[in-house]
Amino acid sequence: MSGRSRTGLAALAPLLWLGVFFLFPFFLVAKLSLSDTALAMPPYAPRVDWSAGIEGVRAFFAALDFETYARLTSDSLYVASYLSSLKFAAVATGLLLIIGYPIAYGMSRFPPSQRLALLMAVILPFWTSFLIRVYAWIALLKPQGLLNAALAQVGLGPLNILNTDTAVYIGLVYAYLPFMVLPLYAVLEKQDQSQLEAAADLGCTPSQAFWRVTFPLSLPGVGAGALLCFIPMVGEFVIPDLLGGSGTLMLGKTIWTEFFANRDWPAASAVAIVLLATLVIPIVLYQRQQQKMIEAGQ
Amino acid sequence: MKGPSTFNRVSVAAGLAFLYLPIVLLVIYSFNASRLVTVWGGFSTKWYAALLRDDQLLDALGVTLRVGLISATLATVLGTLAAVALVRSRRGRLLFSGMIYAPLVMPEVILGLSLLLLFVAFGLPRGFWTVTVSHATVTLCYATVVVQARLVSFDGALEEAARDLGCTPVQAFFAVTLPNIAPAVAAAWMLAFTLSLDDLVIASFTSGPGATTLPIRIYSAVRLGVSPEINAISTLLIGLVATGVIAVYLLNMRRRTAAP
Amino acid sequence: MTTSRRPRLNIGAVRSSFAPWTDPTLQPLVRFEGVTKRFGTEIAVNDVSLSIYESEFFALLGPSGCGKTTLMRLLAGFETPDAGRITLADQDLAGRPPHQRPVNMMFQSYALFPHLSVEQNIAFGLKQQGMPREQIADRVVEMLELVRLNGLAGRKPHQLSGGQRQRVALARAIAPNPRMLLLDEPLAALDKKLREETQFELIALQQRLGMTFLIVTHDQEEAMVTADRIAVMREGQIVQIGRPAEVYETPNSRYVADFIGDVNLFEGSVTAADGKLVKMTTADCPAGFEALEDDAVAVGATAWLGVRPEKIQLHLDPPRDGPNRMAGKVADYGYLGDWTTYVVELESGRTVRAARANASRLVARPIACDDPVWLTFTPDAAVVLTR
Repeated sequence: MSGRSRTGLAALAPLLWLGVFFLFPFFLVAKLSLSDTALAMPPYAPRVDWSAGIEGVRAFFAALDFETYARLTSDSLYVASYLSSLKFAAVATGLLLIIGYPIAYGMSRFPPSQRLALLMAVILPFWTSFLIRVYAWIALLKPQGLLNAALAQVGLGPLNILNTDTAVYIGLVYAYLPFMVLPLYAVLEKQDQSQLEAAADLGCTPSQAFWRVTFPLSLPGVGAGALLCFIPMVGEFVIPDLLGGSGTLMLGKTIWTEFFANRDWPAASAVAIVLLATLVIPIVLYQRQQQKMIEAGQ
Repeated sequence: MKGPSTFNRVSVAAGLAFLYLPIVLLVIYSFNASRLVTVWGGFSTKWYAALLRDDQLLDALGVTLRVGLISATLATVLGTLAAVALVRSRRGRLLFSGMIYAPLVMPEVILGLSLLLLFVAFGLPRGFWTVTVSHATVTLCYATVVVQARLVSFDGALEEAARDLGCTPVQAFFAVTLPNIAPAVAAAWMLAFTLSLDDLVIASFTSGPGATTLPIRIYSAVRLGVSPEINAISTLLIGLVATGVIAVYLLNMRRRTAAP
Repeated sequence: MTTSRRPRLNIGAVRSSFAPWTDPTLQPLVRFEGVTKRFGTEIAVNDVSLSIYESEFFALLGPSGCGKTTLMRLLAGFETPDAGRITLADQDLAGRPPHQRPVNMMFQSYALFPHLSVEQNIAFGLKQQGMPREQIADRVVEMLELVRLNGLAGRKPHQLSGGQRQRVALARAIAPNPRMLLLDEPLAALDKKLREETQFELIALQQRLGMTFLIVTHDQEEAMVTADRIAVMREGQIVQIGRPAEVYETPNSRYVADFIGDVNLFEGSVTAADGKLVKMTTADCPAGFEALEDDAVAVGATAWLGVRPEKIQLHLDPPRDGPNRMAGKVADYGYLGDWTTYVVELESGRTVRAARANASRLVARPIACDDPVWLTFTPDAAVVLTR
């Protein structure tokens, strides 16, 4: 069919592009994670010696090993930062659900004419720079910041929040809130009002109707929101770097430090591979869910 | 529909306050005459004037805008093609949609690192074009999703009607499909441009000397602490993006109400 | 249209003796007393009073926007009346939220819970009642059998056909054994054939359970077939209540006559009325009309004579002179299989619809357009309407 070959053609350019710039680089990361560090530019060995032909390629593969991974598992700092990343992301996802759900639910109860404006209001911060939004919290949380100034007015404080884990949680919740609210709102808004009436008719109080009907029906949104926040938060860099303290361990920061400060490219790559391996299942789950939701719109 | 309860209203109001309070404070303090964050020293625009004299910052702004314009355009073209392919074809969709959706959630450090290694492996010097290509790669996924959402609700019979009336498939796409999905394509471009404008992590990995973008410049300033200059440049960026987003929103609203 | 020809169920004979509303010693199950409901400036239900008796199958019939659904939702507790009161078994329902009312509703959209299986949907109300688990299981099986859905217990709503979904919604509403079942346009989403079958199933079910049913519908045929009594509504008010045959044969207004079935309305003025026979002059019939009418009609007043198409005889040869006789020519006709409807243009210029059963497959003298014909009807076929 000509239609198929035509769409095939349309797919070719983006497919090639993503193949070269998205898929292929992961092989490079994987390869590099098996290499050793070297005092060179680029700072790793081995490199393929093309002049030696097949021998050169063979020698290259022979020199790859899992030494870097062994180094990662033996160093408690890496293990601690892996576990702490998962903890930060998991706790923040939980907080986001608790905070985001009432907001999304509240929005969905407004009349349709006002909902669009509310939706805009929630989306707008997402469009403004992530870096700037995180930066805004520094001014609020720092020891001589606005929060402590306000607390001093009522005779409280001062609180030392900046450069602690608390600040990281605040930053994570703040920056990812729109990502949690939007998928939740999308499912809650679609809910058929007559289902709530049916639940009431069959003997549910409003809160029972919520827990037995509304909440279970919103689970796809809960799942989408949780994945949409959890996955990138595990590898978050800007928030722990700007709001966290020196003791705040997160993988995104580890990769950055290994790469830029320690110039240990194989270690950075190995950490990235471990992070990716951890996130593969959530990413696949997320992709499936998105595909389903988009097709449901058809 | 009974309308929102007090609890609903309070939740939404508190949520919006939480989202906007830090931004509003930042904007207010960009007009503070005092350099201190907590002390209000009167209204002043001197920090904005200072920006205009900061050549490094203006250079970075220029780089960022050029990267954004080119990468967003690339991403929109590729993303629209990808969306068409995703909506219309069945074969190989799983892999394809995987490549589209994964970058949306994948931690930026991983994307930045992998792209950097690609450029190093090919011996490409890092600079303007490496950042642009990197941004196009990541933002094309967002563009795809935006256009795809519009395309699934687009009636395929319209394109068939155009072909029935003598259009080639490509003509039909440009004559019928594209005008109908144009708002989504425009929104996709806006999104790609904004994301490029905001990006720090990927740019840090893939840019080189002479191609310092504005977020990289802001980041290095932020690491030194809060300053009114950063507040001022932040305010300008927020104002720029907010104006753009609200303009698009109003435009869409008017089109919707004007439609029969 | 085709209503009068549809046979009543056999049980109709039994039901015709069922008339609790004629027994002054009986207390109604549900009483609406002067109930009014406004939405903004619009009055959805306007001072409605109505009694529904135990075991009755009661229909609220009217066009969309007439307030029938609002009236039902007031009873279910989804709306609060602005005035008046509603009692159920002599208890005032005011202030009682929906979940505390012993009535269950079958929703027009069915409102099945998409995340729950058929079984779990049916068990929903039972769980709310706090019924022990084993009893719930038994009751669910009983319900599945009642609506003939055995074997589909584990399916999710989206895996069912429209007809099956409708039966799940019915089972779910019946399961908690409510004092009264409310059915909001229960058959509207089904196709014609399934709708007709389901009408009879509903009657049989109601008979078997002895439960009080209140059905809301805009489909006069559905109301006629299923209900013991029909309340015809218009603009928030009830305009007539009666058995289906009463409403059809003796409508109390042009609105009811026209809404239920097909009718030819002739305007005229009353020349004589003796409490048995009414005589009228009209431009449509030179010899005037005569109709049997017990109710008092003022002489000289304007009135309308309503005659159903199937009660008009069509003649190819001129019948003898007399009242209720009109001449005209066939302007159009529609062959419906069982019946043929003729549109006849009278000499006065107006058109009249007459229906004729196709009793034989062979038609001796086919009637064609422009054929001259004569129409007659007997005095007991017509009804005199004064509003």
